Amino acid sequence: MNSSPIKHHTVSWLIALTLLVFVLSVISLNVGASRMNLLHLFTQPDDRITQLLFVSRWPRTLALILAGASLAVAGLILQMMARNRLVEPSMVGTVDAAALGVLLCAIVAPGMALWLKFGVATAFSVTGTLLFLTVLKRIPLRSALIVPLVGLVLAGVIHAVSGLLAHQFELSQALRSWNSGDFSAVLRGRYELLWVAAGIMLLAAFLADRFTVIGMGKDFATNVGVNYQGLTAFGVLLVSMIVASTVVIAGALPFIGLIVPNLVRLITGDNLRRAIPLVALAGSALMLAADLLGRVLIHPYEIPSANILAISGSLVFLIILLRGRKQWA
Amino acid sequence: MIEARGLSKKYHDTLVLKDVSLKISKGGLTSIIGPNGAGKSTLLSMISRLTPMSAGTVEIDGLDVTRTPGHELAKRLSILRQHNESTLRLTVRDLVAFGRFPHSRGRLTAEDQQHIDEAIHYLELGEYQNRHLDELSGGQRQRAYVAMVMSQNTDYVLLDEPLNNIDMRHAVGMMQLLRRAADEKGKSVVVVLHDINFASCYSDHIIAMRGGQLAYQGTPEQIIRSDVLSDLYDIPTSVHELNGQRICMYFRELI
Amino acid sequence: MGLNPRGKLLLSLTALLALLSVVGFMTLNVQSDWGFIMEYRGSRLLGMLLVAITMGLATVVFQTVTHNRILTPSLMGFDVLYVLVHSLALLVWGAEQSTNWPIELRFIVEVAAMVAIALLLFRLLFTGSVRGLHVLILLGMVGGLLFRELADLALRIFDPSEFSIQQGSGVANFNRINLKLLWIGLVGVGLCSTLLFHFRRQLDVLSLGRDVAINLGIPYIKTITLLMLAISVLISISTALVGPLLFFGLLMANLAYWLTGSHQHRWTLPASVLAGIVCLVGGQVVFEHLLSSGLPLAMVIELCGGVLFIVLLLRGVKQ
Repeated sequence: MNSSPIKHHTVSWLIALTLLVFVLSVISLNVGASRMNLLHLFTQPDDRITQLLFVSRWPRTLALILAGASLAVAGLILQMMARNRLVEPSMVGTVDAAALGVLLCAIVAPGMALWLKFGVATAFSVTGTLLFLTVLKRIPLRSALIVPLVGLVLAGVIHAVSGLLAHQFELSQALRSWNSGDFSAVLRGRYELLWVAAGIMLLAAFLADRFTVIGMGKDFATNVGVNYQGLTAFGVLLVSMIVASTVVIAGALPFIGLIVPNLVRLITGDNLRRAIPLVALAGSALMLAADLLGRVLIHPYEIPSANILAISGSLVFLIILLRGRKQWA
Repeated sequence: MIEARGLSKKYHDTLVLKDVSLKISKGGLTSIIGPNGAGKSTLLSMISRLTPMSAGTVEIDGLDVTRTPGHELAKRLSILRQHNESTLRLTVRDLVAFGRFPHSRGRLTAEDQQHIDEAIHYLELGEYQNRHLDELSGGQRQRAYVAMVMSQNTDYVLLDEPLNNIDMRHAVGMMQLLRRAADEKGKSVVVVLHDINFASCYSDHIIAMRGGQLAYQGTPEQIIRSDVLSDLYDIPTSVHELNGQRICMYFRELI
Repeated sequence: MGLNPRGKLLLSLTALLALLSVVGFMTLNVQSDWGFIMEYRGSRLLGMLLVAITMGLATVVFQTVTHNRILTPSLMGFDVLYVLVHSLALLVWGAEQSTNWPIELRFIVEVAAMVAIALLLFRLLFTGSVRGLHVLILLGMVGGLLFRELADLALRIFDPSEFSIQQGSGVANFNRINLKLLWIGLVGVGLCSTLLFHFRRQLDVLSLGRDVAINLGIPYIKTITLLMLAISVLISISTALVGPLLFFGLLMANLAYWLTGSHQHRWTLPASVLAGIVCLVGGQVVFEHLLSSGLPLAMVIELCGGVLFIVLLLRGVKQ
């Protein structure tokens, strides 16, 4: 197979997406509750403006880029491990388990340090993801659709447990905000955890070939000498850490991990090494766009990005489902 | 009489049935044969109003199937498809009793019970009648569904591949039963068959289809012939007369 | 075709339990005068009875129509669809300044809109060749998610400052029944349940599958449309009274099948209602008076239903 056209294709997409992310970032820096834009930095520099920029706008934009990119990659890896295109962390219980972890932290030790909270949330989302993969293993995979179905219900059950606990400890309002992520509260000093997510994403990119092999199934992986069990466990850890960090910082951000990999797949196919950079960039772009839309729609109020992501994500999901229905039925 | 005029069926953009017109006269056993994708099942399910037609009409004794009320048709014509998977835990007798629904709308009379008993007896299901469907073998379940159709007691009985997934003995039993229904009860039986030798040995009339169109029709003597079948299925065949029955050989090409 | 002895025994026991629950709910720990109790507890009891009837009947009938025991109207997003219609209606009522319409009239208009949308969606789904059960459930679950988020968005745009208050109604709660809709709800439930019970024999036939049902002379599309209409109305009423309930119907329907061990709707329909009464009213009595716990009953029931769903899925797929 001649791969050079695909490569050219990929490179032009890389450039286009980088530009898109850049443009969206600039817009994101310029939009907010107070009237300030980057031009003021040069025309009428004053402390208040630089302060606003570096304490609020810049951290927020950066957080969006990091979270979007890492969540999209987490979705891609999860899809490889579940060997299914229709799943993503919020649809299999990973996100809900992380939220449960954060909730327990708030119940047991309300003032817990961010890093500790992150640790607890990671532990919970690892458990949630493993639970999903275990249930999946017990089901003979006859239909590709049973996979997201099982995931959604598992997520729903974990969600119900959280709801019950939150109700008992009068934390329903807080749980609701964890379940619908947004970046309005992101300030300097409150987003740096996302660098961890970004680091993990890079690690995943480095291991891209192996995850492609995992996506071909256990027998195939073993045949080419990849430690399936070990790598799957590692993948679960990577996905869980990414998800946990975003849940702790911003709350649940659904469907990025579903929309982006499925769109990028149309461009590059299933080779992860080629796909991961595009997935990361497109994830950032989507996250920035969702956040921007949330900020301008009912200005000066904000709509959580999670709300916008969930609407666009479920629409994309429905389209995939309906377009592919001959194949699923 | 069943009369179809200009029947066509389109799924998305593909025509699976193209302008088929035919008449199936009252009484006797008619087989529909043809290669995969010929449109046999589609034809049968349009005749029996299970699938809406894209064009054309079907009349059963002069009644247009798309316009006649469902319960009226259900007293004249019954149809059994290949897959009858129900998740229900029904007993054989419960299932057969449903055949009386068009007549009594669910309130069983003594006459209904008689029809049910008769159908169960006719298909030799007496010893199983209180067993649940999911405890039966595939062939027994198939017979239970046929018994339901029999208790419906219609003039026309349509069956889509009733021999599918049953062994030699039960296949012969099934065909003998349908033959008897035609001979003793005067029913008009229409079956889609894959095994042309069953069609040859039991039919009064054969309809051969190919590529969504009517290819041949006639008596077994006219259809079960080497030239016709070789053309229909596009493989070399030879027809031999054994004990007065016309048998088609096609299993291994003779060089 | 009667009920077997085990079914008879279990069904009578359930009926007895349901009766005890109702009596217990009305009489335990009565501390004030009867007039007040009748009004306060009576209206709550009526609300819960209506929910038990709507969810039980709607789920059993829906499962018959779709030939499965896992799919429910709630899983297909019917209740969230009503929440969406209701939120959009709030927008319209607000803009039109027509809030002086009586609440019953507004409810009827909302239900009509809901029925129209539900029927349209149903036609789209079932006249197409989507027959795979899993596609349907997934479409429903993700569609439900979409409706919920859209309803959320509508509420936020409609009135961002009051959003948090509005959102409280997004979760079912049996202590906060919308009493203003009790009477109109009673009428709707009365009509729909009469209709469904009248169709019990046709329902038996429908459960054999589409082809067999048509063969036996059921006017398929007409019957299905009528049944879906009744289901939409029932779900609207239940959602308007207490809010969305995702797994409750699933639990009730499966309890009904297990209790009666029968496929006949003349048994399963009442059984599902009785089971619903025991769970709702009985559960409320146990939580309120015996455990004096503030645990929200709706959430506990939902949790049980969710676990049951996973069990059913694991069992169903294994076959």
